Amino acid sequence: MLSRTASELYWMSRYLERAENTARMLDVTNSMSLMPQIDADNSELIAPLTITGTHEPYLARYEQINMPNLLEFFLLDEANPSSIYNCIRGARDNAHAVRGRISGEVWESLNTTWLEIKALRKRGIAGLDAVAFFDWVKERSHQVRGATFGTILRSDTLRFIRLGTFIERADNTARILDVKYQVMKEDEDPVREFYRWNALLRSVGAYEAYQELYKQSPTRDQVAELLILRSEVPRSLRASVEEVEQLLAKIEGDTGREPRLLTAVQHAKLRFGTIGDLFAEGLHDYLNQFLHDINAIAESIHRAYLEAS
Amino acid sequence: MLRIHNPSPDLYDEMLLADGSSRAHYSPFWQWLKQTDEKHIQHKREEADLLFHRVGITFNVYGEQDGAERLIPFDNVPRIIPASEWQMLDRGIRQRVTALNAFLHDIYHEQHILKAKVIPAEQVLANDQYQPCMQGVTLHRRIYAHITGVDLIRNNNGDYYVLEDNLRTPSGVSYMLENRKMMMRLYPELFSLQRIAPVERYPSLLLQTLRESTPVDNPCVVVLTPGRFNSAYFEHSFLAQQMGVELVENADLFVKNGRVFMRTTAGPRQIDVIYRRIDDAYLDPLAFRPDSMLGVPGLLSVYRDGGVVLANAVGTGVADDKSIYPYVPDMIRFYLSEEPILNNVPTWQCRRPSEMSHVLANLPELVVKEVHGAGGYGMLIGPCATQQQLADFAERIKARPDNYIAQPTLSLSTCPTFVESGVAPRHIDLRPFVLTGREIRLVPGGLTRVALTEGSLVVNSSQGGGTKDTWVLEDSLC
Repeated sequence: MLSRTASELYWMSRYLERAENTARMLDVTNSMSLMPQIDADNSELIAPLTITGTHEPYLARYEQINMPNLLEFFLLDEANPSSIYNCIRGARDNAHAVRGRISGEVWESLNTTWLEIKALRKRGIAGLDAVAFFDWVKERSHQVRGATFGTILRSDTLRFIRLGTFIERADNTARILDVKYQVMKEDEDPVREFYRWNALLRSVGAYEAYQELYKQSPTRDQVAELLILRSEVPRSLRASVEEVEQLLAKIEGDTGREPRLLTAVQHAKLRFGTIGDLFAEGLHDYLNQFLHDINAIAESIHRAYLEAS
Repeated sequence: MLRIHNPSPDLYDEMLLADGSSRAHYSPFWQWLKQTDEKHIQHKREEADLLFHRVGITFNVYGEQDGAERLIPFDNVPRIIPASEWQMLDRGIRQRVTALNAFLHDIYHEQHILKAKVIPAEQVLANDQYQPCMQGVTLHRRIYAHITGVDLIRNNNGDYYVLEDNLRTPSGVSYMLENRKMMMRLYPELFSLQRIAPVERYPSLLLQTLRESTPVDNPCVVVLTPGRFNSAYFEHSFLAQQMGVELVENADLFVKNGRVFMRTTAGPRQIDVIYRRIDDAYLDPLAFRPDSMLGVPGLLSVYRDGGVVLANAVGTGVADDKSIYPYVPDMIRFYLSEEPILNNVPTWQCRRPSEMSHVLANLPELVVKEVHGAGGYGMLIGPCATQQQLADFAERIKARPDNYIAQPTLSLSTCPTFVESGVAPRHIDLRPFVLTGREIRLVPGGLTRVALTEGSLVVNSSQGGGTKDTWVLEDSLC
């Protein structure tokens, strides 16, 4: 496959995954904002800005940190590079550049998403039902993914698309976990605890998985174990890295030695690590190291495949 | 019931006679149109717009922000061609393209036609589009124009004329295919009323033609596009996808050891055939335009040594130049010893004194064009010009006679078309697409373009033209 094509496919799915994760993150923030007694110090409201590292551009545009402003900033604001609007535009632009390599159904699905959010932006944020909008983003993401699975050739085309999805997902899940665990560091109130873990699990679509696997109210250690070390959970770090490793193994050619090595090392850490080790190391340090490693893997993928000479 | 405007008695209408009754081959469609509820059709037309937008069948307009992608308006009344008419067109087009390819080989080799003084040598050799670098370069099967678009119009008697040949990078074939898909989706019932020749094979015929352009077994074929901001990008990616080949840009290619390669995720891969949708001038900065950032350095030297095939060949532009156009009938006689089946529009060359005096005497009725002009620049439309403009143009012709040709002002045929006030006649043309490989192949039909403004003769999509589905009937009774 052309390196340029692979690069467009990879970034198409990264942007789409980012849009979905941003919607998930804000969905939780939004429901927490409806329970001010739980979030007395606004730490939940600030979390999206911390997770995406967008404090500065936000404060340059808005005076107050409140839900309407956050929604505007993260949904349709062109000045926010990680707004859902910009992510969908990015995904669609990448798809446009390789529309001959993806099936008509994947292209149409993405293009429709773009046309709809463009129309939405014209109408403006006022009167927008935020929850319905989050559902719409997730639904569109599911649809594009479904069309991808159902219609795209099981070749490197699919592999580079999936690669983008899981690199982005590993990064996003790690960021959410890092920030949320910092917010919830010192809290002893069991009611607050319950709602917060509940919200975190829902944000990554893992609430049902938790119930199924642990059959009890969420606790600090088990939520971390679920989202970092359990391979059954589709958005866990281990599941994401496992997918990346398998995809890299199947990509044609022998230019991928470096990303394969880095991914194998990372996968071994997740596979053989225990939650006890993680907390002994310190969760924040552990997740920071993970973000650094996943970034190194992404860079080596770039060097090996996407900008090959 | 739709309001249907009668055609002008002075023009040839494809569907209707001046009294408002239909021609025989349009009769099933005409009955259907009269019986179908106006709202139903309105609904279908809206559906078509939505689908085209969703699929992204758009063309880019330069210099427009954000809304840079526009739809080419699609008209729901098909242009129908009876089987017997198509048989004549098919033979005429094959003959014409055969002669044009023979001409291109000849002028880059022995130049028999120039030696026989059928065409003045300076008209060919001093032409800007003549590429001396192609002299003596032998092409596989002697094919220069692998893909040709032949633009046809009809005058007010219904006679067909070739308006021009397109031998460089003719576009529009994706609209031919998408228009058919759309008509079958919107109005499946129409396709059971008549037997309409299918066109869907075009991409596979194109791939076959490209594979036959090289002696290499199982060649690697790619489509070369200037990129996603090019006005015809949709078509480039559409054709690459339909053929299952890579769509490449200049930056994806490089030359090494006398071969062309593309950069892939598994390392360099050798390319054998490039279906290029880029003009000659931007192919190779070392050979053509050193100031150009575009192009693949060294491509031309590989090409001249036979290391890669370019389709179409370099230097085909000389054969579709307006100054060469008047000689195409002579080429057919010279190379094939046949009489031309398709007529040229009568053309007077001002460089010949007797023809110039005819042009000057009849200027108010004629269209005068600069030989190298394009896009309507440097053109005089006699019937629309003022006395002063006519006088000025006469002076310009006298000063540089060799720079001008003149043609009668033709009235293009019309076809009923959906407009604000119902269905009204609008001017149309026709571009069939011809593939030349081991043999000549063309799917029945082509792209029908329609000028949507009343009375306008300009069918170009950049100036508000639209397109129609083109049906060639298989039933020879019509």
